[in-house]
Amino acid sequence: MSQDLYQEIILDHYKNPRGKKVEIASLAQSYQVNPTCGDEVTVDVGRGPDGTLLVSYDGQGCSISQASASVMSELITGKTPDQAAPIQAAFLELMKSKGQLEPDEEVLEDAIAFAGVSKYPARIKCALISWMALSDAQIKAQLTPITMTRSE
Amino acid sequence: MFDVDKLREDFPILSRSVRGVPLVYLDSGATSQKPFQVLDAERHFYENSNAAVHRGAHALAEEATDAYESARETIATFVGAQVEEIVFTKNATEGINLVAYAFSNATDKARQGLDVDQRFVVGPGDSIVVTEMEHHANLIPWQELCAKTGATLRWFGITEQGRLNIEPGVIDHTTKFVSIVHQSNLLGTINPVREIMDMAHAVGALGMVDLCQSVPHMPVDVHELGADFASWSGHKMLGPTGIGILWGKSELLNAMPPFLSGGSMIEMVHMEQSTYAPAPQRFEAGVPMVAQAIGLARACDYLTGLGMENVFAHEQELTAYTLDELAKLEGVRVIGPVDTHDRGSAVSFVVDGIHPHDVGHLMDAKGVAVRVGHHCCWPTCRRFDVPATTRITTYIYNDKSDIDQAIAGIKSAQEFFGTSAKAIA
Repeated sequence: MSQDLYQEIILDHYKNPRGKKVEIASLAQSYQVNPTCGDEVTVDVGRGPDGTLLVSYDGQGCSISQASASVMSELITGKTPDQAAPIQAAFLELMKSKGQLEPDEEVLEDAIAFAGVSKYPARIKCALISWMALSDAQIKAQLTPITMTRSE
Repeated sequence: MFDVDKLREDFPILSRSVRGVPLVYLDSGATSQKPFQVLDAERHFYENSNAAVHRGAHALAEEATDAYESARETIATFVGAQVEEIVFTKNATEGINLVAYAFSNATDKARQGLDVDQRFVVGPGDSIVVTEMEHHANLIPWQELCAKTGATLRWFGITEQGRLNIEPGVIDHTTKFVSIVHQSNLLGTINPVREIMDMAHAVGALGMVDLCQSVPHMPVDVHELGADFASWSGHKMLGPTGIGILWGKSELLNAMPPFLSGGSMIEMVHMEQSTYAPAPQRFEAGVPMVAQAIGLARACDYLTGLGMENVFAHEQELTAYTLDELAKLEGVRVIGPVDTHDRGSAVSFVVDGIHPHDVGHLMDAKGVAVRVGHHCCWPTCRRFDVPATTRITTYIYNDKSDIDQAIAGIKSAQEFFGTSAKAIA
């Protein structure tokens, strides 16, 4: 039942969240809310060794939103902004795919579990909210990829 | 009482499947389904009499105008109103905004020294009163009015049992307007509107009632509410989308400045200035929603045929059953009154350890359509310290088997998430 949506990986991350409320030296924070359902997430980013990203999040919401934040923090922490960018782009593309895309496990790892979410328009926002918060926090912290324009 | 099985044959959509299983529709609080009689009435109008109303002198224009105004009479009769008290709007939200903008526009004009009815002028030192259980549609327009005029917004809070906490002093000599919901769309609570409207009038304030969840589900006579204005939507009472009703006392409607202006709402037009038609035309600028008005009148006839007392009795029985069955589930808590005393059929609940979106999704997988989220009552959710709820709402075409399906859906969600799944009974 609904196994296309609730993959085992998602339930596992929902029940055993990674990266939730971990202590990091935060450089910027982004708070996002889904106004249709009231789900909230706050993402903090910091700078780790060798210019990698540190990600911490907190929030409340459905299993999809919470598991997605957990998977994201696990995937992105320890990557440089340049290494993270293709993962972020691939996840966004997957969410827009309406279930028509075979996700690349090499790039997305656990995040491939969210492929089924893209078939349910009402749930896509749930999966994306933490990723949107991360991008926003990265811009605020100026931890964006070098390939992105930095006019300042 | 009516025969639910037979009546369901009037609703083509109820026989379809979703996600590979038969549809169980328990979201009528958001919008009701439509019987073919309503759909046919709209189609018949378009096929036979379609024309723009209140303009033109040809045969079709006459027929269309007659059908439109007859629809107004039918709808007025349905709620015990006079025909000139019924204004067609696009939805209930617009009706509430129409009244809020009457205050806003009158206040603007008063600031310019223009002659306006002082009952609609508000400013610093004045208060507007709502409740903590309002739909956003009956909250934001008043927040906006206060922001524009400097008036203060006040509200009645909610008790733990989901009832209004009618404290003295919320309505006082500063109060110019009181707007409250008749039946809460989230809690199901039926409020003592007459008592509150009397409190408003005692201090010289005007009052409005949001009837969205009451007119479709119980007998309502607008004059018995003791209010000055009321607003509700057509689509929640078997009617089409795109039409709502504002009811207002004629004397007040005619004292209000217009909301939307343009064609149809005028009396005399000159390049320098214009005068306006009496209500209801004053508030119906442009070519209105004729087919929708005809469809809504047909919906009123359909409900009258069933008898609104019967509709209410049917839903009370279903609500009692829903509350009983939910009470048997471990880890499920109803947000709102737990018995049918002064309560309608909107039943919100939370399931321990499972977010409402997940509950709703797993119910949907069994074909059960329920609403999840804050139901446009975010402050009400906050009052009960829940991010959202799952909500069952029933109507004339639901029966106990639909509730059984919903309960099975909740149990399946509990099993799926490995939370408490054992029913006590």
